[in-house]
Amino acid sequence: MTPGMTATGAAALEASKPSTLARFFSIENRYLPPMLITLILLVGQVSFGLLESFPRTALAISASIVVELVLSRIVTGRFANLASAYISGISVGILCRSPEYWPFALCAAIAITSKYVIRWRGRHLWNPSNFAICAMLILAPEVFTTLSIQWGNNFWPMLVVWAVGALITWRVDRIHITGVYVASFVFFALLRGFITGHGFLAEVAPITGPMYQLFIFFMITDPRTTVRTKWGQCFVAFLIAIAEMILRLAQNIHAPYYALAIVGPIAIAGEIWWTSRKKPRVLATA
Amino acid sequence: MQIRKIVPITLFIVLLCTPFAMRRLGAHKQESMSYGLSFRESSHAAGIDFKHVSPHLDPKLNHIMQQVASMGAAVSIVDFDKDGWDDIYVTNSGEGSKNALYRNMGNGTFRDVAEEVGLADVNQPGTGVSTGAVWGDYDNDGYEDVLIYKWGKPELYHNDAGKHFTRVTEQAGLPAWVNANTAIWLDYDNDGKLDLFLGGYYPENVDLWHLKNTKMMPDSFEYANNGGRKYLFHNLGNGKFEEVSEKMGIDSRRWALASVAADLRGTGYPDLFIANDYGVSELYFNDHGRGFREVGKQTGVGYAPKSGMTAAVGDVLNDGQFGIYVSNISEEGVLVQGNNLWMPKAGTGGDDIKYENMANAMGVELGGWSFGAQFGDLNNDGLMDLYVVNGNVSLDRNRTYWYDYSKVAGGNAAIISDAANWPPLNGRSLSGYQQKRVWMNDGAGQFREVSQLIGITDVYDGRSVALADFDNNGALDVVVANQNGPLLLYRNTVSPANKWIEFQLEGTRSNRSAIGAQVTLYWNGQRQVQEVSGGSGFCAQNQRRLHFGLGKTTQVDRVQIRWPSGKIQTLATPALNQIHKIEEPS
Repeated sequence: MTPGMTATGAAALEASKPSTLARFFSIENRYLPPMLITLILLVGQVSFGLLESFPRTALAISASIVVELVLSRIVTGRFANLASAYISGISVGILCRSPEYWPFALCAAIAITSKYVIRWRGRHLWNPSNFAICAMLILAPEVFTTLSIQWGNNFWPMLVVWAVGALITWRVDRIHITGVYVASFVFFALLRGFITGHGFLAEVAPITGPMYQLFIFFMITDPRTTVRTKWGQCFVAFLIAIAEMILRLAQNIHAPYYALAIVGPIAIAGEIWWTSRKKPRVLATA
Repeated sequence: MQIRKIVPITLFIVLLCTPFAMRRLGAHKQESMSYGLSFRESSHAAGIDFKHVSPHLDPKLNHIMQQVASMGAAVSIVDFDKDGWDDIYVTNSGEGSKNALYRNMGNGTFRDVAEEVGLADVNQPGTGVSTGAVWGDYDNDGYEDVLIYKWGKPELYHNDAGKHFTRVTEQAGLPAWVNANTAIWLDYDNDGKLDLFLGGYYPENVDLWHLKNTKMMPDSFEYANNGGRKYLFHNLGNGKFEEVSEKMGIDSRRWALASVAADLRGTGYPDLFIANDYGVSELYFNDHGRGFREVGKQTGVGYAPKSGMTAAVGDVLNDGQFGIYVSNISEEGVLVQGNNLWMPKAGTGGDDIKYENMANAMGVELGGWSFGAQFGDLNNDGLMDLYVVNGNVSLDRNRTYWYDYSKVAGGNAAIISDAANWPPLNGRSLSGYQQKRVWMNDGAGQFREVSQLIGITDVYDGRSVALADFDNNGALDVVVANQNGPLLLYRNTVSPANKWIEFQLEGTRSNRSAIGAQVTLYWNGQRQVQEVSGGSGFCAQNQRRLHFGLGKTTQVDRVQIRWPSGKIQTLATPALNQIHKIEEPS
């Protein structure tokens, strides 16, 4: 018992403590997303071999962790928690497709480095994996592409991703972002179907593929690169869907990545600017 | 600036510049060298003016017709009249179009004799259209017979002493309809009679000219399991065949596009490799002719599904083991599957053989939308080179179908499997006008791409490629069948400094075509193994003769022939620069 605490008070505190399970699934457990993404990876690989190869994915994770360790030590003077680097590495390992090994390492390294370099007022603007993937698509298209049509099309892997993804985004209070984006995508698919004449099913097809599930659950919901208000998050998700529709009408194959890469930093920068404008006014009022 | 800012910024810039550096490094590898060979396209001069025509399928597929009807151009090599000169059989795929049999006149020219011998008019409406042909002497009468497989009724023709062909499909017991894209002859039980493997692409209950509905596309881009069934016909020896695939353990509905049989483990029996579109490849180990076991995952070739379109084997390291080449799709910025070169892992063999994909490490990975490929020593330097044709649908050069293709291909099974959901092609290209690949083996584990340097400049939609020494001069020429394009004949001129040797085998106890016979050549401290094949590549068949380049050697130490019957024959120091006709000793 803590000194000075009564038995009743201690009991009340004990009763108010969240259970081990609740703590495990809490927003504070920063190891939850990495663990669940690893679960998706393993289920996907064992059930239908989703990875280009284990060594390539391992290379991406390793590169990510090594760069994080080195840069965090140099920049902050201490080693960073590796959960974020692990997620970036595993995302690159899953989403990248290349017959070569080096693009996996390079993409992961760019992702981590971008966090330390492209910052404004203490925040990084791009989702690291998203930035790195877009950079690689532009810089090395001859050997690099993304997981777009290479996963299985049956529902079972998607159910696993949905279940795990929904659990994570719900626990980190981001599921509304996913919901708004999906609803917007479906609406815009209907619209594109009319515009292109290809029909709704052809236009909605991409989001039925498992790649999109990673995108909607784990990329656009990244807490570090989303705006802070709930309504703002919903609005940004809607804007990403609009940008994606425009890119799709221009027949851009990697539309979701580019849409997020365009809208995401603008939204973050806008929020930083808006917040900085408000602060002096509050001070002045005070 | 503080070091804690300089380091990440510098690293960031270096990382972003890395792709440029890698590109320069790759370009440096392709420096110009002399490889001692040159090709000249000479089909017209040789009397070959053949143009392939695609079929026009059910109107329900009109919006994606060129994409669906994008196969059917095929070429196979045979000396059908036993005059000692290799001839060319080429398929056509338009309804009512005619196949051609170019007889090698022995003077550098060819003459189409398909009509005369009864092998031209095989694409009559209602019977389907040709997608390929393979030759094998199924009745051991000394003349090569032919199976013409189709999206339609497969047809078997008996060769009547090189004068005429008689249709024997019904007697043979072949099925009424198979949408086949691959067939090979093999003697899987080494009983001296050639058996036949036939692989379906679309399901056999689909008549592509009379679709009941449009739900006939693959149900996944990489995990499709709704394709055509596979057939293994056991030769009963009386002109009849028994279908034994299920009994022998071959049960797959993947979308087969290519197959090759070779003894990969030194058992004396041919194993079977199947390259599948929309999925993983399959490897069947042959249990001494008693059955097949699928060992794709066990051996390592059954992971990482791609779009397999060719299957060819070659001893690329001169170590007496076969590598297996599988072509796939690579389109810059869109889909970079990379082709596979499955090489046996060091220290593995027999039933425990494991393969690893060495295409990247050996430089034969990126070949565009690759179709047919064949191994052969093109410059007679003693090393197996690789010829790959590519290009899927070449229509408007400036507009691509890739976006719409990938949009639907990534969708759920219910969407992708229905052709009605596929956006219209509208005259756009899908990986069209691609540069072919000729990869020369440097003997040190690397291949160098030299097509433009040696005269291979066409950009037709290549499908089927076959290698043959049409002039009997020791140089492998190349024939390419192009979809909706001309049949190309590339004549090869090789530096005479390099020696060669060829073997024309004839079985007695073994099947007379000697398919499955392995020849191992020992020279200059090296050895190379080749196997007589009943079909390889994409819808193709090379010359029956085995061709070995020898470099500048002056002598072959010995040649060992392992016949399918198990008989081992050794030839001591055979003469160079000659074709050796070898009959299986009794």
